[in-house]
Amino acid sequence: MKYLFGLLVACLLATAAAAESAPDLLVQSVTHDVLELVRQDKDMQNGNSKKILALVEDKILPHFNFRHMTLLALGREGRQATPPQLAQLTDEFRSLLVRTYSKALTEYRNQEIVFKPFKGAPADTDVKVRTEVRQSGGKPVQIDYYLEKLPDGWKVYDVEVAGASLVTNYRSSFAQEIQKGGIDGLIRSLQSKNKSTPAAKAS
Amino acid sequence: MRSGNTLQRRLRVLAVAASCAGLLGGCASAGDPRDPLEGFNRVMYAFNEGLDTVLIKPAARGYDAVLPTPVRTGVTNFFGNIADLFIGVNNLLQGKPAEAAGDIGRVVINSTVGILGLFDVASAAGLEKHEEDFGQTFGRWGVGSGAYLVVPVFGPRTLRDTAGLVLDVTADPVANIGDVSTRNALTALRLVDARADLLPADKVIEEAALDKYAYVRDGYLQRRRNLIHDGNPPREPAD
Repeated sequence: MKYLFGLLVACLLATAAAAESAPDLLVQSVTHDVLELVRQDKDMQNGNSKKILALVEDKILPHFNFRHMTLLALGREGRQATPPQLAQLTDEFRSLLVRTYSKALTEYRNQEIVFKPFKGAPADTDVKVRTEVRQSGGKPVQIDYYLEKLPDGWKVYDVEVAGASLVTNYRSSFAQEIQKGGIDGLIRSLQSKNKSTPAAKAS
Repeated sequence: MRSGNTLQRRLRVLAVAASCAGLLGGCASAGDPRDPLEGFNRVMYAFNEGLDTVLIKPAARGYDAVLPTPVRTGVTNFFGNIADLFIGVNNLLQGKPAEAAGDIGRVVINSTVGILGLFDVASAAGLEKHEEDFGQTFGRWGVGSGAYLVVPVFGPRTLRDTAGLVLDVTADPVANIGDVSTRNALTALRLVDARADLLPADKVIEEAALDKYAYVRDGYLQRRRNLIHDGNPPREPAD
């Protein structure tokens, strides 16, 4: 009994430490773990969508704040969305981003990831973690993660690749859909997009 | 001869398809303030996509399949080395002499130790590769970006970057080679090699975009803004 209690305390401490840990270390450890798994798995490198999706769901998604991402992609148009519409949008946008992220992972080929010195202060609640993908023959590609501190730990709310935000890049397409068919129109086109392209289809 | 005819026919089909797409796209423009020429741009975009599908992408796929990675890296490095020269000039014009010195150092090291630029030893030695062009130099000088413009073959630009592109091409050492067949061969090789490097990105965009045209446009505009600020642009307001 005493042993069990000790284990429980240890677990609680470990989770607390994970939630409290610095955002740059979080990005580093998640990136490291995920790429290590992809490197070891031939199926994933060959585009096995089920395995990759499971990996993304399991290791990456818990660290993302999709509601914030959706609001960011909607911009001012987001104000006209009702709470149920927003929930549905978040759901669909999440699927779309997961597919994109999974597809990008299947294209990973042992490029070196470098973590730039972290400039945030310990008291910050909104930070940018900068990384760089180095590849021979090309200029390094920047990948920057924006994270915010929430009660359940640091969450990513934006990702920029070579200076282009994967989130706000949707703003004008979303605005265009909303102009055509309102919020529901946007939900419908996201749904049909998510249905039409099977994630990591063979090419 | 026969294949030449097929190609001509294909290109003609393409041109017709592009102008049809333009007629449809012209009325559907939702009116992004940065893209007043959207009707024209969508036609050009469709044309470029068609050209890519029938000609450039198949060539890039073949190139990618046939040549081993070290050879392809060598080709990319070779053209990258030529580009470094004018990256240096642009860094100088932007008032960044330290970066310019680094670029020239890269050219010197890679052209000699790196055997005519085939190996990028300068990066390994810690001389970072930069990305500069005349469009960015104009941006640094305070010239506004102007309307978004899709240029035939070259793809997304803005009015400012199109002016920059004209200078880039004029100054380009490959474009100034006297012997026509060498010039054409090198230009084609550079194009196909650059396209092959983009094949992975292609699939991701396909997966991500609701409207590919808008996705590419917005990505281009964000990326150029980032480049002009050398990777540290002020974050755009949330609205």
